[in-house]
Parts: sequence; C-alpha cells; structure tokens
Amino acid sequence: MDNNLIDRMEQVPYRNLLNKLSLFILTIVFALTLANPVVAATTVLPTQAVDTAAGEALFKANCAACHKLFKKATGPALFQVGDKYEKKWLYSWIKNSQELVKSGDAQANAIFKEYNGSVMTSFPQLSNIDIDNIIAYTYTAKKVATTAVVTTASSNANSGGFSNDLILGALVMVFVLLVVMLVLVQKTLKRIAEANGVAYAEAQERKPIWQAFVDNQFLVLVASIFMLLSSAYFAYGYLMQVGVDQGYTPVQPIHYSHRIHAGDNQIDCNYCHSSARKSKHSGIPSLNVCMNCHKSIGEVAETTLAEGKNEYEVDYNAEIQKLYAAVGWDEDAQSYTGETQPVKWIRIHNLPDFAYFNHSQHVTVAGVACQTCHGPVEEMEIMYQYAPLTMGWCINCHRETNIQVKENAYYEKIHEELSKKYGVENLTAAQMGGLECGKCHY
Amino acid sequence: MASNKKYWKSVEELNPNSAVVEALKQNEFAEPIPTEDFLGNKNVLEGSSTTRRDFLKYVGFSTAAASLAACEGPVIKSIPYVVAPDQIVPGVANYYATTMADGYDFAHVLVKTREGRPIKIERNDLAHHGGVNARVHASVLSMYDKNRLTGPRVYGAESTWQELDQAVAQGLSALGDQEVVLLTQTFASPTTQALIQAFKKKYSQVRHVAYDMVSASDALDAFQEVYGVRALPDYDFTHAAVIVSVGADFLGDWQGGGFEGTYAKSRIPKNGKMSRHIQFESNMSLSGANADKRVPLTPAQQLGVLEIITGASSSATLSEELTLAAQQAKAQLEKAGAEGILITGLPSLAAQKMALNYNRSVASKMMNADHPVMKYSASSTEVNEVISGVIDGSIKGLITVGVNPVYAFPNNKFEAAYKVLDFSLAFAMKDDETATWAKLVAATPHYLESWGDVQVKKGSFALAQPTIRPLFNTRQFQDCLMAWTGQEATYHDYIQSFWKENILNGGSWATALHDGIYQSDFTSTGTELPKISTETRTFDVGDGMALCLYTKTGLGDGRQANNPWLQELPDPITRTSWDNYLTVSAADAKALGLTNVNVANGALNGNYARIQVGATVLEKVPVLIQPGQAKGTVGLALGYGQKAAIQAEMQTGVNAYALYQDFASVQSVQVQKTEGTHEFACVQLHNTMMGRDIIRETTLEIFNTKDKSDWNGVPMVSKDHKEIPVTSPEADLWDSFDRSIGHHFNLSIDLNACTGCGACVVACHAENNVPVVGKSEMRRSRDMHWLRIDRYYSSEDSFAGDTDKKDNISGLSSSLSEFAEMENPAANPQVAFQPVMCQHCNHAPCETVCPVAATSHSRQGQNHMAYNRCVGTRYCANNCPYKVRRFNWFLYAENDEFDYHMNNDLGRMVLNPDVVVRSRGVMEKCSMCIQMTQKTILDAKREGRVIKDGEFKTACSAACETGAIQFGDINDDQSEVFQQKADDRMYHLLEAVGTKPNVFYQTKVRNTKEA
Repeated sequence: MDNNLIDRMEQVPYRNLLNKLSLFILTIVFALTLANPVVAATTVLPTQAVDTAAGEALFKANCAACHKLFKKATGPALFQVGDKYEKKWLYSWIKNSQELVKSGDAQANAIFKEYNGSVMTSFPQLSNIDIDNIIAYTYTAKKVATTAVVTTASSNANSGGFSNDLILGALVMVFVLLVVMLVLVQKTLKRIAEANGVAYAEAQERKPIWQAFVDNQFLVLVASIFMLLSSAYFAYGYLMQVGVDQGYTPVQPIHYSHRIHAGDNQIDCNYCHSSARKSKHSGIPSLNVCMNCHKSIGEVAETTLAEGKNEYEVDYNAEIQKLYAAVGWDEDAQSYTGETQPVKWIRIHNLPDFAYFNHSQHVTVAGVACQTCHGPVEEMEIMYQYAPLTMGWCINCHRETNIQVKENAYYEKIHEELSKKYGVENLTAAQMGGLECGKCHY
Repeated sequence: MASNKKYWKSVEELNPNSAVVEALKQNEFAEPIPTEDFLGNKNVLEGSSTTRRDFLKYVGFSTAAASLAACEGPVIKSIPYVVAPDQIVPGVANYYATTMADGYDFAHVLVKTREGRPIKIERNDLAHHGGVNARVHASVLSMYDKNRLTGPRVYGAESTWQELDQAVAQGLSALGDQEVVLLTQTFASPTTQALIQAFKKKYSQVRHVAYDMVSASDALDAFQEVYGVRALPDYDFTHAAVIVSVGADFLGDWQGGGFEGTYAKSRIPKNGKMSRHIQFESNMSLSGANADKRVPLTPAQQLGVLEIITGASSSATLSEELTLAAQQAKAQLEKAGAEGILITGLPSLAAQKMALNYNRSVASKMMNADHPVMKYSASSTEVNEVISGVIDGSIKGLITVGVNPVYAFPNNKFEAAYKVLDFSLAFAMKDDETATWAKLVAATPHYLESWGDVQVKKGSFALAQPTIRPLFNTRQFQDCLMAWTGQEATYHDYIQSFWKENILNGGSWATALHDGIYQSDFTSTGTELPKISTETRTFDVGDGMALCLYTKTGLGDGRQANNPWLQELPDPITRTSWDNYLTVSAADAKALGLTNVNVANGALNGNYARIQVGATVLEKVPVLIQPGQAKGTVGLALGYGQKAAIQAEMQTGVNAYALYQDFASVQSVQVQKTEGTHEFACVQLHNTMMGRDIIRETTLEIFNTKDKSDWNGVPMVSKDHKEIPVTSPEADLWDSFDRSIGHHFNLSIDLNACTGCGACVVACHAENNVPVVGKSEMRRSRDMHWLRIDRYYSSEDSFAGDTDKKDNISGLSSSLSEFAEMENPAANPQVAFQPVMCQHCNHAPCETVCPVAATSHSRQGQNHMAYNRCVGTRYCANNCPYKVRRFNWFLYAENDEFDYHMNNDLGRMVLNPDVVVRSRGVMEKCSMCIQMTQKTILDAKREGRVIKDGEFKTACSAACETGAIQFGDINDDQSEVFQQKADDRMYHLLEAVGTKPNVFYQTKVRNTKEA
C-alpha cells in the first residue's frame, strides 16, 4: 500500500459522472452476460435422470460450508467428484464418514488423514438420489472467469464516455460560434447606423460609481460593518471546523466494505464489534473474528467481484488475500502458518484524550443504535466519519434523548424521584446529569 | 472550641516572628512568577536586538503557522490483535490475585491489568493478613523500570540461558568440594525450599544461607529458643486493651509490619472503650506518633524499662521520670492481663525473650505463636560467617538471590573479596552493586511476571502468578534450579503438582489460584535451624550517641530505590522526600551546633554531619532536627545511597548499611558538624493552614463523659449580632441544591484510625496518573500529590494557656521565657495525622472564582475539574481554604527536562488509560476518583441492578488498611458512610467558612488515662 495514500485525508463525497455512466452501461452488459452464460468446458453429465437444480440447492444447504467446487477448503474440492470415487463408496462416506474410517477403509482413512482428522458431518438424512443430484451438480461447468467480460464492459464504458465528451465539445463549439456571430452582427449594425447618420447621444462624464460610494460615508460605514461581520462569520465558521474531521475517509490497508458485511450480508454490528456491549471501546475485531467466516469464504460471488471492480476499483478477492496474508492462513494447506502481520488500520473516530466516551453506556444501557453516531454504515463502502464528534453534537443528543429506564432496576428509584421533580414523564440524559463536565472529562 | 491545643507542623512555626511562616500563610504559591527576571533588567531589554515590532511579527507568524498546522489532523493507527486472547476485552480491566514476596515486603494483592498490562495493585480482601503498604502499591512501577537487566550475562558479556546453564555447571564442578554459599532472601516458599534441597543434593558443596537485608535475627532467635520454630510471632491487636511497645515500630516495618489494620480496630472508641497505647522509643516513629503516650529515651534506657515491666532485675539506672513511666506501663499491663501486649524492637535476644515470655506468661490474646509469621528467617551468625568466609577465602563461590550484599553488607572488605571470588553468580532484577561484580548474572523477572508460592503465616499459603508476559529475557530462580537439577518441567508445573500433592488436600487448584490464598496444615520439613546468637547487648554507647537505624515508609530496605513514586512520597513523620538524613533532637543539635533553616520560599536547609561507627565513617550526612527524638540518640534510615542501576535523580541519601554492624539496629556513633548546607525537599511547611481549627481531638474521658458540644461543637457565626451555628440555613449565603436524589458521595476520614502510613498517597498516584516532579520541584512547593497526609505536632500545653502567656509578653525577658516554653513541647510533641484531599465542597470557593467555569459541581457531590477548559489563572487555588489544588508548572510527561516514569515508553505503561494525563498550565486536584464511581454506576446500569454499599470506592479508601478512609453514598441510609456522618465524632474541616464539604473527619480521641 502506498504510504502517501494512507497518510492523506481523502474525501470522496461524489463519484464523477463518468462512473455513473459506466455503471449504467455495466448493468446492461451484466444483464446480457447473465442471460447467456458462457460455458467453457462442457462435460456430458453422467445420467440425464438427475436434477442438477435440486443438487445445487442441496449442495448450498449442506456442503458449501466446507466444500468448494474448484478449490480445497475444509474438505476437498468437489468438482466432478463422481470421477474420483465410486458412487457406492460416496454414499456410505457422506452418510457416515466416521463409520467408514473406523471400518479401516483405506481410501477413507487417507482422506481423513489428509485433512488433519477433521471429521465430516454425517448426513444420514440424504437419500442416494439426493447424493446423485449433488454429484450431478458438481459436474456443472465452471463459468468463464468474469475478467474478460469486465474488460469489455469497461472498454464499453470508456467508449460511452468518449462520445459524451464529444457532445460536450460540440456544444461548446456551437456556443463559441454563437458568441462570434453575435459580435459580428452588432458590429455590422453599428456600421449600418453610422452609414445612415444616426448619431449617438454622447454619454456625459459621470462620476464613477466607486467615487460615489466613497463619497457616501454612510454607505461606507454600513458596507464595512457588513463586510466585517460577514468575514467574522465565515472566519468563525472556518475556525470551528478546525479539528472536526467529519467525512474523514482514510484509505485503509485492507479495503473493507461495511456495505457488503453489514448491508448485503446483514451481519450484526455487535458480531464483530462485540466489546461495544461491555467496554468503553467498540474494538476493532481481531483477525480471528474475520476468519470465523473467511476461513470458508476465500472468494466473493462473481457479481460482487465485478461490482467491486467496476464501482470501487477494488478486487475483493485480492483484499481477502491480504487478510489471509495478515492472519497467516495458507489456503491450499487449509492451515495457519503462524506468520502473522497485524493490520495497521487507520483510526477514523479520534476523540481527544480528555474526553471519556464509553460504548457500553450508549449501546447496552441507552440502547442507542450504532447508526445514530456512525451513520448509515450498512451503505458505506469505505467507512468514514459521519458525525462531527464535537462537544456540541454530544450535548445536543444528551438534551434530546430520553434515558432507557425499562426493566433497569438501577433507574427505578432515581427516575421516579427526578421525573417528579422536573415534572416530566421521561427524563433526558441531560436531566440525569449528562451535561455535567466531570461525566466525560476526567 | 473543641480543641484548645496549639498545633504546628514545623519547628519554624513556633517562632512567632518567622517571616517565612508569615509569607507562606499569605501566599498560596510560595514562589512568585519571576517576572522581574525578564522584565526588571533594563539593560538586557535594551540590549536585545528584537524590537517590539519584530516580536509582534514572530507572534503573528507562529500563531498563523500553528493554526495552519492544526488544520491537518495526525493519522492515528489502531492495531488489533491477530488472535485475541479470550480474557482480554480492550477497555475492561482484569484482576488477578497474586502475592508479593520480594524478601522484605510480603503481601497478598490483586493486580489490576488493562489490555494485559498491570497498572495497579489492590488489596486482596480474602487475605486477612495486611501489609499492603505504600511500597507494595508502588511495586507495579518497579516492574516498568528501564534500568532492569534485559538478559543473562556470562563473564561480562550478554549471553543466553543455555550458556549461563553451562557456565554454572562448569563453575560448580570446577570448584569440587570447596564451599559454595547460596545466599538468598527469605522465600517462605515451600516449593522453592524443596527445589533448593534438590539443588543441594546435586551439588553437595552448596550451603544455603538466608539473608534479610534488614535483620530480624534476634527476634527470630528468641522465638526459636522459646518455641523451636524459626519464625516471628503474629499479633492481632483487635481486642487489645493495653499495648506497650518498647522500641518496636509495629505500625512501620517492625517484624514485617502489617499490623495497622487490627491496631486501628482497637483504636476506635466503642462503648466507651478503646485501647491504650504506650510507646517507649528513641526515633520518632509512626507507632510513637500514634501512641497515646510516648516516652522518648535511649535504647539502653529502653532495656531498663523493659526490665522493669517484665520484673527482671534492672541493670540500668533510670531517671525518676522514666522509672515512673515504666511502672505506670507495668501497672496498666498487669491490669489488662491477657488483653495487654508487650512488644519490643530492641535488637537483643534477651530483650526479645523478655517480651515473648511476658506475653506467654499472661497468655496474651494478642499474640499468636501457633501460626507464626514466616517472612524472615535469616540468622546474623550465619550471615556473619558468610562475610568472613568470603573475605578469608574459605568460601570460593557465592550465589546471591534477591539480595544485594555488596551494597548492604556492613563490611568494606567484602566488595574486594567478592570481586576475586572463583565463582560468583547473582540473580538480580537490576544491575545492582552485586550484579555489577558478579561473574555470572541471571536476570530475574519481577514478581508480577513470575510464578511462586509463599507461606506468609504458618498454615496460610499463597500463590503468585504472572500478570504479564516477561518484559525481558528473564528466568526466575526456581526455573533455573529446575534446569540445573535436570528437571524438564516448568516451575509452574512443579508448583501445581507440589500443591496438589502436599498443600491442597484435594482442594481445587483453580480456586486456590483464583483466590490467591489457601489454608492448609502442610508443614515443610528438612530445614536445619541455625545456631542462636549468644551475644548480649547492653546498648551502652560509651561517650558517643546511640544511632538507631530504621527503615522509612517510602524505601524500606531500599530494594525499590529506583521507584520515583516512593522517592517522592514524603516521609509521614518528617514530611521530607528524596532523602535520608540524621534525625537529631533539638537539644543535641544545639549542643553540636547543628541547625535547620527555612529559606525564603519555605524550603528547608540543614547542616551536614560526619558520623562514625567504629572505623566506618560517613561524611556529609544531612541533619534534620526531629521533634521528639530522644536526647542522646540519632536516627538514620537504611536503604538509601545506592548508586548502581539507579538513575541520577534517585541516587539519593547516604548508605547507612555501612554502619549496620553485626546487623544490629543500635550502634554507638560519633557525630560532628561538617561544612556545607544540604537542601531538603521537605513539604512540612507547604500548604500551611494558617493556624486554624484543623485537627480536633479530645480524650477518651471527655468523650465518654461530656456532651458533644463540649468537644466537637459546631462553630458559631454572628448574624445580626446574634450567634448562630454555621450549619443553620440562616447562616448560608447561597441557595442549596437538592442533593437528596441519586448518589451523593461522601468521604469519611477517621483520625483515630489513620496511622499515616502513606499507602493511600501512592495508590492515588497510581490511579490518577499523578506526575512525579522531582526533588528540586518539591523544594519549590510544587509537589503534585492530590492527597497529602498532614502531620501536626501539638504541644502538651493548652492553646489558651499559650495565648495568655503571649498576651502577657512584653520585652526581652518575656520572649525568652516564651522560647523556653516552646522548646519543651518540641522535645516530645504529640502527633496527629490528617489526610487532606479536595474536600468537594458543596459551596466551593474555587468554583465561584474560575473565570472560564472549568471547575463546577455535580449533583453527586463531586467537584469537577475540566482540564481542557482550564486556562491556568490559578484563582481557584488561591481561593481554596484547604490548599488542595495543584498546578502543572510543567508538562511532566514526554518532557526531556524530566526523567521519571512518564518520560519513557516502559514507564508510561503504568498509566491508567481511564484518566487523562494533564498538560502544562492546568490545575488539577482530587476528583474523588470519579472514574471509579462512574465505572461502578455503569456496571450497575448495564446489569440493571441497584448498587450495594461497599461498591463505591476511591483509590485511597480501597488502599486504606485501617479503614480510616471510608467512601460511600450518603443518600443510601444503609451505607457505612451514612452512619459515620451521623457519628458524634464527625466534623468538617474549617466548618466556620461554610463551604459544606463532602469530606468529613472523625475527631481524634486519645486514651490518656493512666492505669
């Protein structure tokens, strides 16, 4: 990763027109691609009686957690697995692999050993037909890598952009032409007027406007006051922004998409940021948390991959590889190498040291949604600072937010007494003392 | 008025014409801002090439540059774990039970760790044995000492453990049958003892000798002779009626200390009763300071007193007064019977036996000989044999563990002999005097990085566990022994199997480790008892003075001398930090021509003395005149004067171990004045309270018989020429807020229970990231302690009497007589300790004067201080009647001008991440540990429950062994602090001012009744 890139505060509020256009074209291209899946290696399926669609459904429901078609995962790659093993053997293996291992079957023991003794779940509920279907599915051909498609797509997008420029250029040309014509017409008219002897009234030597302005003391006074006030206003506004990093979007060492994880996949924030419930820190998840899922997700879906490449210029698979490199995961051997390289994330939300903030107070006690302060994280491709994180912003929320007293024995007495005192039904955080200096500064 | 005594902190205050005292009364800040230095010198100003316009230009440019630079925020990186440990949640503290046993301090503690770093030591409430003193609290910082050894060393070169193992095996086998001594601290560890046995079995020429740098040999000998076990009796003063101590500073470090908890229980008047404590001693000690009656006398006279009390034939001739005092003590002890206790600190087998036998004869309930204390075991006879053996060459090899004999042996020939030993191996944490000259050096881990087990008291076993991975390439002594005796397992495995086999009796290892302590009746066998010393001491000092060597609360035996918290901790009695010194009585000082002078800013200067014990001379020992020091005696603290592996700032004081002949704490000494003036960092005149009614005390008799208004009355103020109590609403200038809802924190401080031990001061340092400022800043009254323990001396004479006298003074003759009057109390003053921190006034004077509203009040009773809002006008400190606000004159962290723990990466690891490190130019003060109260509240909120009494704590209240400091919520009428607020003894500091503090005190009651 380029260091300069990291160290720069990069703001990406808008994407340019070009990208939007390319998005549109891409969608069309995708639609076409999906409609006509290009088949690279056509293999004749062993039997016609099987239902590959049912097989696919079963595969995804039962096998995909540990098996991939073309790559080793927790278990072996299953592409055309029917060629490697006898069907009968496969039936008994899938239904109860451990029985087979114990029976001393050489083949079974070899596999068991190769995969470090990880026990395959038994699937006694699968019938032989089900298994046939799954096996049939594994013969489904591998789709051609989308890279080629993407290249065409982007070249298409480029050509679209070019034509756009052309139109703009032409418009500019027309505009310039019009201006030239206007000037020429005026000149001609003037000449005709002169020829016809039309005389212009000589403009009287008038006081220049600035002189008049200077002479009018009152106006000068008012204007300067106005100038001073407005410059003070803007200066104040500018200075108040110093140290406020709203919208701060640093380039992270791994392009991590909250949009995919929290948005598309609906993973709960607390799954990864588990300490937010019990600690002052929300915690950046340790890499072993990533590996809970990414142990079996080495690649993203093809559509997602293409989307990343086109929209965000990022290869998600390469980013997952970065994770593997950091955590020391050898994908081929399906084991940890022990060589780790902790990820140096760039911290986005930087509260000054003198302000104490506790996540658990807000998340667990107050039940504030993460989005209240962090914004629509589930839509953020790259995480940025949503809130200004200024004291005014904190205090405002404390003034407006009611405390959550329900089923919290701690609040029972104090809330009853205080709400009676203030004559309100629900107390705000401010009324509970949430504006006192020492609650956040110590 | 409740108290009609005159209180004073320094002898200087007894001088009615002292300009220094007057100046300090009027000025919150002893030193004015030195504007004169840079504005007053006209020549310099005119000679400067910088014109006013240039100056303005520079200011303009630098302001613009600074604001431009501020626009771009720094890039901060966050690095999460690759694989997060299960137990660690960033931001949540973990606590581990462990045991400190460094050979001097033995204590059961809980270690608070944050993100895997130990940051604070707490008391382990499961253990009923005290001893968690200031040094134990500070020990966490000693781990982050940048001067520690980072790895083993073989013949001067940095090396590996394999090489060291080889070198040890070669060295030991090369010596053949020639004697090698294994000189260790007292471990009191059953497993270590077993490992040493195994080591001795393998190398039969090895002899194990225990060595305590500060010896308790005579008491051990006495106990061994009487009970056949080498240990020290345990004491529990809870139900004591009469305590007579002859030279035993049992509230200090006498026999390992840790007795203040039970002592304090007996000191709080209950049903009209409290214990009576009589102290006979030479130095003014903590115990003497807390005694109801203190008699200053020389060690020889102490022996005489002891003989009178125990009814032995008296050899010494005592003055009439002393004889009377001794007989009175005897009478009271007799009356108390089994509820009386006699203890002595005299370094004499005979004296120790007298006390032991006395307690045995009256079957004193206070003494427990069945479960004696195992903290020390060294025999002076054996250690002396080692010294002479090394010097005469009969001992060829010396292995030292946890001790520093080159520094601490009182023999100047030892160092030269040690250097030429055939085989010398030092186990050390730092490159100390011994390790410097050792051929082989084994770097040992700190106790917070080690495994271990300790039997502090017989039958009471404790485990020590590491709380952090070793910071350096260290290996503990026990692991080395296992490697050298060919055992494959680790020491951890060894302890576990040893405990399962011998100690646990089927109990759970996990529970024992979790609790840190375990009761078992296991007795280790196989140790030979040393010979008992036959020497008899009479403490006859001939024509010299009696030198009483003692240990200070801060440094103890000097093992943690490189710990800035301990160096900066003011001694409870002298209020002097960063030094040891010869304490001399006023009368002797006059005779020897020694003086102490307070210079203009209140700092203390003193003469130097040359002192000589036998042939050993210490030149230039600073002299401090100590009220209450017995005439004819001088005191000097051990543990100072170290030079090796100690940074320059902390190489303080003189090495008194050189005078520790035969490991006896009493020596005959010649004192002579020498040239030079020593500058002390003494805070006794700092923050003086202008002679107001600060300490309230009364006697048990008055307390029992008279009405509260007589001895603890509410101050009256005049309104419309009528006297009304200051607490009445009419006297109040301000509207009060309603504080009856929610929590309202109050802190109660019991002056009867406070022994002045200073544990709270260090705990406060650790909890609140209080900076260390160093000796020269301390001298300038710029100490940063949020919590100070004021020590007041009081004259026996009544204040009223003094005033009468003073009023009648006219002319020279009267002032002379007044001097004579004042001299008498200084010879033997009464002492009172008073911890003072921010009083968190409900009507706080500081809040009203802050121009930027940086300090404000909360509903919960805490006075808040927003550092980031403070602009440093210091108005608040000027307006504070309690002098508890501290100003950051400098940035003390990451500042090259200072070299304490906040200025290196290792030392900063001890900082509490929940408390901000203050910057230059801001005020700070006690926050009533708001981070702790907020944490307690949050935990309750999160768990949806009501907070029980006892959950709220501050660092000081949690550290207080004696229960003198109690913290809680007074809106909870079940709470302890609520009861205490209603107590008759309760009073507020300077109540007449009407500040309505949230800290209150309990009047000190003294049991003055004779017999």
